[in-house]
Amino acid sequence: MKLGLVIDLDTCVGCHACAVACKQWNTSGTTGPLSDYDAYGKEPSGVWFNRVRHYEVDDFPNSKTINTPMSCMHCEDAACVTVCPTGASYKREEDGIVLVDQSKCMGCNLCAWACPYGARELDEEDGVMKKCTLCVDRIHDKNLPEAERQPACVMTCPSNARHFGDFDDPESNVSTLVRERGGYSMMPELGYEPTNKYLPPRQRPAAPTVERKAATSGESLIGKWMKRQKDAFNNLGKGAR
Amino acid sequence: MHPALSVIFFTVTAGAGYGLLFLLGLLRLLGLAPDISPDQLVAMGLIGLLLVTAGLLSSTLHLANPKNAWRAFTRFRTSWLSREAVFAVAFYPVALLWLACEWFTGNTAATVFFGILMALLAVVVLICTGMIYATLKTIRQWHTALTPVNFVLLGLFPGTLILSVMLAQQGLMFEPMARLVLVLLVIAALVKVIYFYWIGQPAGPTINTALGFTRATVRLLDVGHASDTFHNKEFGYQVDRIRIIWLRGVSIVLAFVLPLLLIGGLLGEVGFGMLLLAVISAYAGVFVERWLFFAEARHVVNLYHGMQRT
Repeated sequence: MKLGLVIDLDTCVGCHACAVACKQWNTSGTTGPLSDYDAYGKEPSGVWFNRVRHYEVDDFPNSKTINTPMSCMHCEDAACVTVCPTGASYKREEDGIVLVDQSKCMGCNLCAWACPYGARELDEEDGVMKKCTLCVDRIHDKNLPEAERQPACVMTCPSNARHFGDFDDPESNVSTLVRERGGYSMMPELGYEPTNKYLPPRQRPAAPTVERKAATSGESLIGKWMKRQKDAFNNLGKGAR
Repeated sequence: MHPALSVIFFTVTAGAGYGLLFLLGLLRLLGLAPDISPDQLVAMGLIGLLLVTAGLLSSTLHLANPKNAWRAFTRFRTSWLSREAVFAVAFYPVALLWLACEWFTGNTAATVFFGILMALLAVVVLICTGMIYATLKTIRQWHTALTPVNFVLLGLFPGTLILSVMLAQQGLMFEPMARLVLVLLVIAALVKVIYFYWIGQPAGPTINTALGFTRATVRLLDVGHASDTFHNKEFGYQVDRIRIIWLRGVSIVLAFVLPLLLIGGLLGEVGFGMLLLAVISAYAGVFVERWLFFAEARHVVNLYHGMQRT
């Protein structure tokens, strides 16, 4: 089994609900707490397993806003596990989930240095590294109804932009989505073979704007106005007849 | 990268200690100080061990959970940090055996054997330290073969310089030793300058490959957090270009140019005072160099925070 997420950049609206649901579930779960520092002060910060960032791709008028939720990619060749000197970081053989055994971690930060995706964060209060567990304490819980055996972020996503499944099964929902929508990996050139995949935005006709209409007709607004005036001038006196 | 003083002090001080012990272990074999007595050699060896120990203790200061530090010996097969820990600890019994042989039996076959073994281990520890950084593909300024070479040379050169001071103080400093210091100085300086040029070449991931949008410009609109995160504090450290160039100059002048002027003209007749000044200057220079090694390193996570390229 190779469990992971597919995140649809076409439908993600960037609401941060996945990040909040993740924080809620995991801070009270088996890996918690996800410590906060200065939570009600001027500079609140803390540990998050999932962070959403917002980008603008291409230039106006072809620009598009992209929201990218990012958490652990559960890489097949996970450098964070290789560099770990204590054996606290490990990748589960049965489902490919990368986890931290907090009782073994010495807080040296080397795994966070090795991770290109910013998936690992040091909990300054506990002094150990923490990261996305793919909600390992939900997805295998036989006490939950089968439909709820999914990561908290996937369950909560209001635009259905997050999908959880087994990439080893070619007919699973995630494998199908990646195949049909051209799912890709982030920063593949580093060779860590991230399991999580992202679906690119669908190609749609550009939304009409005043500027775009002028641009597609090959003339500027002023050029059009001048042409109208010229035509009106040439037609002077003709219309009266 | 955030330059942590504990790690800078560790790599510079322990590095010089290993460099010193490397040469000390081979001193008899190379015949660089033929008149040295066992007690002089043992005293110098203990000073080397003091430098190494001070550095190693400092290295534990950057751990957030040092009570698990003993576990760092358990992943020798995969982790360079684990290898460094194992070799650093294995170094002690060998160094102590060498000291004991020297102290009790003087220059015998056993002394030479343990001396060579200690020298070998000293270089292996330096290589391991360098490899911890060199294997990180996420930081292109470190992911180069020059990194371990730099760590080895910038341990050997200051270590040899410190040994020279002690030899000069005991009246045992001769020309071959001075020549060796100068050769190491020139090679270390050359490799460092090559490194500075090497990392000036843009390479590696960009904001486009980081997000998978490679056919258009990508700009950060909103980073998604309101105040500092672990990643900002750890990886977001930035120094402006002018200051970096200025500090590179400072490190080159202090580490190499000044020591060269202080001892270069004195071949054959090297004074203790000049050598001491050279040691202080070189240590300060390597300290600045190590600070820059961290400060100049740009982690790819910064791409997600809006940096266009690392």
